[in-house]
Amino acid sequence: MANLVARGEKPEYLFWVGCAGAFDDRYRKVSRAFTKILSHLDVSFAVLGKEESCTGDPARRAGNEMLYQMQALQNIELFTSYGIQKILTICPHCYNIFKNEYPDLGGTYEVINYLVFLDQAMQDGKLKVDPSIFQDARVTYHDPCYLGRSNNIYDEPRKILRQLTRNVIEMERHKSFALCCGAGGGQYFKEAEKGEKEIYMERTEEALRTDPEIIATACPFCMTMLTDGLKYKNKEEEIKNLDLAEMIVQALGL
Amino acid sequence: MAKQLIFALTLLVTIGVFAFTINRIISYFRFTKANFPIGDLGKRFGVMINVAFCQTKIFRKPIIGFLHALVFWGFCVILIGSIEMIIDGLFGTDKVLKSLGVVYDIIMASGDIFAVLVTISIIVFLIRRIFLHVRRFEGIEMKPISHIDANVALTLILLLMLSLTGMNIATIDYQHLRGEEVAGVYPVSAWLTGIFSGVSMKGIYIWYESFWWIHILLIFIFANLLPYSKHFHVFMSVPNVFLSRLEPLGKLPNMDHVTREVKLMLDPNTAFAAPAGDEPVERFGIKDVEDISWKNYFDALACTECGRCTAVCPANLTGKKLSPRKIMMDIRARMKEKGPGLVKHGREYSDERSLLKDYISVEELWACTTCNACAKECPININHPTLILDLRRFLVMEEAYAPGEIKTVFSNIENNGAPWQYSPEDRLQWAEKLEVNLK
Repeated sequence: MANLVARGEKPEYLFWVGCAGAFDDRYRKVSRAFTKILSHLDVSFAVLGKEESCTGDPARRAGNEMLYQMQALQNIELFTSYGIQKILTICPHCYNIFKNEYPDLGGTYEVINYLVFLDQAMQDGKLKVDPSIFQDARVTYHDPCYLGRSNNIYDEPRKILRQLTRNVIEMERHKSFALCCGAGGGQYFKEAEKGEKEIYMERTEEALRTDPEIIATACPFCMTMLTDGLKYKNKEEEIKNLDLAEMIVQALGL
Repeated sequence: MAKQLIFALTLLVTIGVFAFTINRIISYFRFTKANFPIGDLGKRFGVMINVAFCQTKIFRKPIIGFLHALVFWGFCVILIGSIEMIIDGLFGTDKVLKSLGVVYDIIMASGDIFAVLVTISIIVFLIRRIFLHVRRFEGIEMKPISHIDANVALTLILLLMLSLTGMNIATIDYQHLRGEEVAGVYPVSAWLTGIFSGVSMKGIYIWYESFWWIHILLIFIFANLLPYSKHFHVFMSVPNVFLSRLEPLGKLPNMDHVTREVKLMLDPNTAFAAPAGDEPVERFGIKDVEDISWKNYFDALACTECGRCTAVCPANLTGKKLSPRKIMMDIRARMKEKGPGLVKHGREYSDERSLLKDYISVEELWACTTCNACAKECPININHPTLILDLRRFLVMEEAYAPGEIKTVFSNIENNGAPWQYSPEDRLQWAEKLEVNLK
């Protein structure tokens, strides 16, 4: 972003990579996949790179409002300095906080979740996926809480999947009934409280009951939780846990 | 005339006791905090029609939800008949609304049919509670008194419906025997008139009057028991839906006084512009009932302990201590405990106990994933997660208490701008092998 601005150019979108997109080994592949799609679509975008910082979401959900607001106000200042108006996010937590919570601090942007963006591109005929890649693969989709219940994004991921495969199978609890993966509200970073079972195991078992070949996710934390679940069940070889962006990249042959 | 007098006195006592109770509850509300402004009336009416009157959220469990909807719609229709009874009782009239003609016939017929539908639903509810032991009705917060509370309310409703049907049957029989035209249409009761065959006209009149009094007295007793029961729901749920938080579930309310402080820290220049210490120090988050908002207390009073929230809570489902229903019940119980002291001695009153820790444990609070399943499920739009967050805010901001790993996350965010201990310098590593120019 800094380089572009130095050259006097102004990209249309800021692609907000997020901490997981930048640092989590597995989820970095999703950042790469989405970037490939963006350049395939010839979208004018930039990333903040070293200037990107935490949105403050984990701090806020763990009760540290002070730290959240420090992060948020600094980010808003940075966005203002670059004149950013449209933000593309892959992480649902970043999406939710930009869309719903930054406006309270004076940061109002057009915030677009990547699934909404990709679904639109598909509908506009700009993304021509090869339907033979996943044609008959049995895929089940896990709704992230911060896209689903929090922001009512249920249909876009399903529309995308139906372009990729004829075999979308719903889990028993799906859409607004979907069970959390267990990572939200700061849980990802700590041991779970004492109980009978891990939440991610409960969700993984539910996913396995659909007898899937692919568990599709749309959130870095859901991905880690469900991948862990698959590992515990010794199923990580036979069942893949893919992000929707990765599936699209494969189906585009990029 | 004697009947009118006795009725007027009974009504007066009923209203008196009710006013006393409500006045006390209102006095507790005075100690709660402000919350979102109640604007957007059009949208609120929409939500009320949709969620309350069309019962859309209760239908998330279609079968049992349908039975509840029957009870709710039945109550709405039968309420008109109850109002008529009160007018009749006060002014000595007989079925004063019958001048409405066809409309009256429709109201009475619906009420008559609903009385039976409600009876059936209530019997199913009682069987579920007493014999089937539905999992959602159990849990650490469900004490024997909670079950008694539920069964007493259900039994009262059952008796209300039976007395109503009895009254309708006796009406038809009595007016038939007198050779009068029956006021109103009663499809179900007409079919049941056989049970009074052979009873004299006077006998039937006594039956009618008995059912009439039983029914109206049950209503008066019920109305005065409700505020002390989980069934306060009957009065509170529709207003609670009207007063719903209209923001997306994922949005947490902003703490504006923190914003002022943070802005001061980020831009010291403003420190000179704003005189310091002109505002009373507010407590961050919620520790006790005087820190909750009026909406939190309203939620707690409207909660009928159905447990749909707890039944979908991922933490509860996997055996953790957190139960969203318990949080609501705790608020109500704590206000009942501390409220009288607050009213008597003012805001500074302390009984050395608090909502946090004495009622809601730290372990419960840290088990929440903020997934919003509870709030989505609640048939009357109670919002548990924002409250849980406010309790966490107190722990973290006032007591600097958080699990060790969470404290590490805080310091990582502060120092490296990420929850993990990675350097911001490495933020573009992911793109290194990419054949796309990001700059």
